[in-house]
Amino acid sequence: MVDVARARRVMGIETEYGITALGQPVGEELHPMQLSNHVVKAYAALAASQPADWDYETETPLRDIRGFDVPRAQADPEQLTDNDLGMANVILTNGARLYVDHAHPEYSGPEVTSARDVVIFDKAGDAVMARAAERASQSLGRPVRLYKNNTDGKGASYGTHENYLLDRQTPFDRIVTQFSAFLVSRQVFTGAGRVGIGQSSKTAGYQLSQRADFFEAEVGLETTLNRPIINTRDEPHADAARHRRLHVITGDANLSEISTYLKVGTAALVLQVIEAGTLKSNVRLSGPVTAMRTVSHDTSCSALLELTDGRRLTAVDLQETYLENCRQLVEQRADTFTELALMEAKDLLARWQDCLDALRSDPMELADQLDWVAKLKLLESYRRRDGLGWESPKLAMIDLQYADVDPRRGLYSALVAKGRMQRLVSDAEIELARIAPPEDTRAYFRGRCMEKFGSAVVAASWDSVIFDVPGRQALQRIPLLDPLRGTREQVGEIIDASSTVLDLVSALGR
Amino acid sequence: MPESEHSQRRTRRHEEAEETTEPGPGAAESAHKAELDTEVDSLLDEIDDVLEVNAEEFVRSFVQKGGQ
Repeated sequence: MVDVARARRVMGIETEYGITALGQPVGEELHPMQLSNHVVKAYAALAASQPADWDYETETPLRDIRGFDVPRAQADPEQLTDNDLGMANVILTNGARLYVDHAHPEYSGPEVTSARDVVIFDKAGDAVMARAAERASQSLGRPVRLYKNNTDGKGASYGTHENYLLDRQTPFDRIVTQFSAFLVSRQVFTGAGRVGIGQSSKTAGYQLSQRADFFEAEVGLETTLNRPIINTRDEPHADAARHRRLHVITGDANLSEISTYLKVGTAALVLQVIEAGTLKSNVRLSGPVTAMRTVSHDTSCSALLELTDGRRLTAVDLQETYLENCRQLVEQRADTFTELALMEAKDLLARWQDCLDALRSDPMELADQLDWVAKLKLLESYRRRDGLGWESPKLAMIDLQYADVDPRRGLYSALVAKGRMQRLVSDAEIELARIAPPEDTRAYFRGRCMEKFGSAVVAASWDSVIFDVPGRQALQRIPLLDPLRGTREQVGEIIDASSTVLDLVSALGR
Repeated sequence: MPESEHSQRRTRRHEEAEETTEPGPGAAESAHKAELDTEVDSLLDEIDDVLEVNAEEFVRSFVQKGGQ
């Protein structure tokens, strides 16, 4: 039985990776979709994964949380993510989805319930992509490079999306009015760092975030055009009567484990405060879209942002406000946390505070913790040694290569190898997570089914697995509407004891 | 007085000797900084080895086209 009083926050991260193939193509140049397709297929072959269709039945990309559906005919084609275009799609044994999204290979990590697990499964995605790129390079006869970044610096941006399951009862306008300023100000520790200012890098320089310049609205449904700070897609992948899924599209793809940990851990805590309705301060920004850029373009982290009540605060001050509110919530409602969740919450509060203190005194103190600072320090070393201006292509190259997923070339990996980046998790944990699912969500059932009965899975999605069972006429659809059901505790023994898929569905009472 | 001069010089020499055998904090800092610079330089050298050769060409050709 799930202890409702100690409910856990279900969350995860999905990332589109930048992609390029070097060398002269033999014959026609590949369309980026085809190239991405090669990458996903290469990993599927490597992992001996069975291809399965994606079950689009419960997807609703045009449903708006504000209570309406965008008519299909009026939608931009890019919004129709529930179309099966025949591109490669693999459900991995760790419960993640690996597929082609628009023109990028995308890894959607499995649902987890702790920030630390988000880090582990996010890094597992990088490991998946590193192997996929290597295998695709071999099969295409050309080097394929994958980057965990969010822009090509020429006007294109691609996303890293966080997902947080919310209680449906929380009024959505409260999310807009109380969460926007959090997303704007958190760039001081979530930024991955970027060489170039403006969507097309027209101005030379350095900024905190890869994504900030691409936001044009405060609230909206789209993720690829007129990007909003608060996204309203209402596609909970769960019981819609109980849950919404907050789809956060402002985040950068982080290489730093601490950046990712703080990014999702603090967001989950703040959402808890917002759901509890206990946020005590006004945090409404006068111009959130402009403020998004102001924060990102200020490496001193001291620019003032105007609030609707006329106060002017720095991003760090705003974060401090959220932190104080979260600390109160954790103190007052400690009994609603599981033991592990409480430990993690306390660790997050301490790290969050240390980070804000360091940002106030000198952001460069965080060069071994945060992506944007680590990258800036590296770039500044090059600028000093070689006398380079910010317009130098070499600096843009370093920016890009910081995010190369191949550990032999990636500059983030080089810093890690030199002991210059603090870590939170081990290589062994990441390698296990590349293969095995988390144990405390429905991703366990999905992942174990792919591992053990993959050849019988016709299709799957976040909230279903569909089996073709020998001896049964109809396909068997196992619904997984509750993200906290299908855990190891609940189904581990059944899966272990089943030697055939028929055993499994019979044991599940189907 | 020659003797006091002598003792002064001895003291000075003693200080000098101390400085060379046991560097003060200032010297330690600059030695540490030199060490760091060498470390940074060696990191940059290593990175130079893995950086794509033609940065300008590479960066220019890195374009992410739309999916549709």
